[in-house]
Amino acid sequence: MPELTSQKIPVTVLTGYLGAGKTTLLNRILSENHGKKYAVIVNEFGEIGIDNDLIIGADEEVFEMNNGCVCCTVRGDLVRILEGLMKRKGKFDAIIVETTGLADPAPVAQTFFVDEDVQKNARLDAVVTVADARWLSDRLKDAPEAKNQIAFADVIVLNKTDLVSKAELAEVEARIRAINPYAKLHRTERCQVALSDVLERGAFDLDRILEIEPEFLETGDGHDHHDHDHGHGHDHHHDHGHSHDTHSHGGLKHYHDEDMQSLSLRTSKPLDATKFMPWLQGLVAAEGAKILRSKGILSFSDDDDRYVFQGVHMMLEGDHQRKWKDGESRESRLVFIGRELPEQLIRDGFESCITT
Amino acid sequence: MKQFESDDNSASIISVTDKVRPLALGMPVIAVHFLGDRAAFIGAEENVALVDGAGEISTVVVHGGGILCVATDGARIVMGGDDGKLVALDKKGETALLATDPKRRWIDNVALHPDGAVAWSAGKTAFVRSGKAEEKSFEVPSTVGGLAFAPKGVRLAVAHYNGVTLWFPNMAANAEVLEWAGSHLGVVFSPDNKFLVTAMHEPALHGWRLADHRHMRMTGYPGRVRSMSWSAGGKALATSGADSVIMWPFASKDGPMGKEPAMFAPLQARVSMVACHPKQDILAVGYSDGTILMVRMTDGAEILVRKNGGAAVSALAWNPKGTLLAFAAEDGDGGLLEL
Repeated sequence: MPELTSQKIPVTVLTGYLGAGKTTLLNRILSENHGKKYAVIVNEFGEIGIDNDLIIGADEEVFEMNNGCVCCTVRGDLVRILEGLMKRKGKFDAIIVETTGLADPAPVAQTFFVDEDVQKNARLDAVVTVADARWLSDRLKDAPEAKNQIAFADVIVLNKTDLVSKAELAEVEARIRAINPYAKLHRTERCQVALSDVLERGAFDLDRILEIEPEFLETGDGHDHHDHDHGHGHDHHHDHGHSHDTHSHGGLKHYHDEDMQSLSLRTSKPLDATKFMPWLQGLVAAEGAKILRSKGILSFSDDDDRYVFQGVHMMLEGDHQRKWKDGESRESRLVFIGRELPEQLIRDGFESCITT
Repeated sequence: MKQFESDDNSASIISVTDKVRPLALGMPVIAVHFLGDRAAFIGAEENVALVDGAGEISTVVVHGGGILCVATDGARIVMGGDDGKLVALDKKGETALLATDPKRRWIDNVALHPDGAVAWSAGKTAFVRSGKAEEKSFEVPSTVGGLAFAPKGVRLAVAHYNGVTLWFPNMAANAEVLEWAGSHLGVVFSPDNKFLVTAMHEPALHGWRLADHRHMRMTGYPGRVRSMSWSAGGKALATSGADSVIMWPFASKDGPMGKEPAMFAPLQARVSMVACHPKQDILAVGYSDGTILMVRMTDGAEILVRKNGGAAVSALAWNPKGTLLAFAAEDGDGGLLEL
């Protein structure tokens, strides 16, 4: 008798603009000797060379939910396909959803927040975006989809780095960081990235929200590695990618993206949960169309637990994570990544939730 | 709220649990239908288990993968699979391959007409093949969510995003579209051919009175409605999705418009399957905690068929005479009850 009860199946979403190398990465994942079986949900069924037993063609049907919110969309085809795949539990270990180059990752992610049955059987692991080092800077200027995919990413595979100069690479990385300073960035040629860096990331797992710190250009392999440490305990609290025009910082260029930014907030004073929760819910209800991703680690007054939350547009999930450790700095930290974020409104609202 | 947690609790309710013939089916089951005097338990993958009155199980391989949809007309069971095949199983336990999708797309939905016509769908395309005529196909704007033949005439309801298309495969007339925003995943006609009801992706049903396309919104469910069953004579539609059976009245010309549904058999578990008795005002109800009850619609009286404790009930059906009830749960534990 087959195993009938099993854990939730991890689902990795693979995005990236046309020609960035999604299929190359997908084939690497499938062909590597890892002993795991993947079910792959692709668009353009039959048109790309993917060698895998379980390939399902998808139509990328984005459905609006009947709750009056236009940003509240799900991938109807994914609901159906995941339901069908669950009949074959035990035949695969994980699912990879490859989206078209023009797709918005939000409806895919929201499917995992909205649909009860999807939630019961599968969990979103991470959004992995493959970017073309040579063309991304141009696409960020003329293709809103490309910007969305960078902003939404948990992991960015910056591919084709062999086709650009060091200066061009620094430029494109700075442009990525202007939009999303929090994603893990890996520089690759032909998508040569360790699979552990793109799979089983647990990026949407509340238990794995450990810290919220911007990532800098530390992932280099032979590229200029600068030595300012943005690990724990740094004391300069600037918000990268936001409210900075191009300037030099540790020898690196920083950009301000015109319409997509990240905004980070922090305080070492405890937050008032009775004020914070309604504020956050009200904020995403009102401004959720602009907020692509949000994440937070929170310290509430009269609460010894760390509270963590994350969200996609208007959808939030949060939970007590664990006790604050002795000696751990009880600092609250939030980040929003979005389009034309109302910065002052968010900052003022956040300030009003701090206990005095 | 009532619960059947232990033996002493079940003393307060009439129980027929000792009359059930238990069946170890050994596979997750998605549906059960009667074929002649055998119960056919449809597995989630590959197999159908045929069980006779003595409890003898014989297994038939029907698909090379997951079984996605099932329909029966009493004479045969037709199934669609993720192997792109449409397969029929008859009373002798013999299979026939009815169609193969050339691109090996999943066969998502299937429906049968009493005159022998079969309809199925792959992606956005619905197909119909009737006994005499050739195969016809029809494309809707989004992936087909459900199929149902009207009880009279050859008319096929095709549920999809933002509505249902009524297609007349044998007529030149244009298809009729019933619009309602949202994703429609299941569809049924009322037995009197007056109403059409869909189960939506959101936890709600939507209905139309076919004469004038008047809308009927049936909302308030905590979960998606996956199981619907018409009571004998089509007087009411029993539905899953809540912690009690929700029965919408359809006896009057206005159907459930402006009326409250009846609610039966509340438990601290979600109703997962409903099956109305073919002749009497009785229905069988399966729950997410494995419980199965028989409920009399006239007064809500309950009889315990199966105690809780197992996986969710995933298959439930009466034989056409109404003398046998077959059931199975997601974990492959099934049973037959003779009344």
